Amino acid sequence: MVQLFLIRISINGNTYQHEVEPRLLLVDYIRQTAGLTGTHVGCEHGVCGACTILLDGKPVRSCLMFAVQADSHKLQTVEGLAEGEKELHPLQQAFWEAHGLQCGFCTPGILMTLLPYLNENPNPSEAEIREAISGNLCRCTGYQHIVDAAKLAAEKIHSA
Amino acid sequence: MKPAPFEYFVPDSLEAALDLKTKHGDEAKALAGGQSLIPAMNFRVAQPSILIDLNRIDELRFIRQNRQNGALRIGAMTVQSAAENDPLVAEHVPLLHDAIPNIAHSQIRNRGTIGGSIAHADPASELPVVCVALDARMRARSGAGERWIGAKDFFTGLFSTALQPDELLIEIEFADMPPNTGYAFMEIARRHGDYAMAGLAALLSLDAEGNCANARLVYLNVGDGPVDAIQAAASLTGKQPTEAVFKEAGHIASQQEMSPFGNLHASASYQRHLSAVLTERALAKAYERARFSQVP
Repeated sequence: MVQLFLIRISINGNTYQHEVEPRLLLVDYIRQTAGLTGTHVGCEHGVCGACTILLDGKPVRSCLMFAVQADSHKLQTVEGLAEGEKELHPLQQAFWEAHGLQCGFCTPGILMTLLPYLNENPNPSEAEIREAISGNLCRCTGYQHIVDAAKLAAEKIHSA
Repeated sequence: MKPAPFEYFVPDSLEAALDLKTKHGDEAKALAGGQSLIPAMNFRVAQPSILIDLNRIDELRFIRQNRQNGALRIGAMTVQSAAENDPLVAEHVPLLHDAIPNIAHSQIRNRGTIGGSIAHADPASELPVVCVALDARMRARSGAGERWIGAKDFFTGLFSTALQPDELLIEIEFADMPPNTGYAFMEIARRHGDYAMAGLAALLSLDAEGNCANARLVYLNVGDGPVDAIQAAASLTGKQPTEAVFKEAGHIASQQEMSPFGNLHASASYQRHLSAVLTERALAKAYERARFSQVP
């Protein structure tokens, strides 16, 4: 008989409640059960960083957790960045302006990695930014524009 | 769903977890941070039938000093990023403080635990090497009682430890660094966060004359567990710390005391070469630190 667990998770301030099998990965819960497809599934073994979300404010791989483990925790995904439908978060705006993405597959993971990092580090150097995003793979940009975007985002976030 | 089905338990006390371990033994796998286990389950390389999730056991998350001997005690479920940023770790176990940032990426360290990495005993991982270099002690508990296991006896081979089927690793204790001792942790990976091709933890103690008194050289990913190069370390004893002496130690360790497997990224001979070069660099760094810490 399949074991089911009732979980309640806060994602971007909204409460989600479902019965899940313990083997359901958190990233698959977020995408398929909660319907938030902004978080991407890449390598599924913790290398690429596309599935990075915030768990109680800290970036983690949502492919390396079971949904049942997120019960009673607070998550934030890329959908929780912008305040409204029409306005981008300063971090997203910076990626838009500095051409910080091409295909965009890695972008949600990079944004969720950078959000707490830039809050804590108002003026990071290029080397520090590269270190901060070292756990996120991008196959398009060569990273230069991502680094530029992160710098611009730091200015935007801390001048606001 | 990617992982094979399993029965899931999430005890909220150590006692409850040990009861489950007593009942299910080897059939039940402990789930700590899951940063190695869950990838293996996603690939179905690992298909445990029972998982005991330790993440609700708050009593296993702590970093504190032992009042009697001043040693630093770290709860097995302490996440790596917590230890990385802890001032007690930086002060008392600087080698551990230096090693942790080499573990994968920050997102992994936010979830991966100190005890989980040690109990997983991956020969390519950093923490087992640090434990052996510092002669850390592991506290294992079962429903029947508990025991302390020295790091040298704890790691018994490829992904294997001295833990019995009914035991859990609950705490790791690191003694303070001996006086006049320098340390260094170094590794080389193709990209930061990848498995290192080679790496080591080095300790070097100086005597009153400034000669090498004791050394410790423990390597990762060049054997089926942490490789403690005893002859190479002994070659330093009593010698003046010079580049030539450090180079000789690297030569002995890499040519006589390790058996790297070689892999896609580095052949066995290249792993030996890297280990030798890193030995020289790590000993130079440890020497610099030992000299700096020496009280005149």
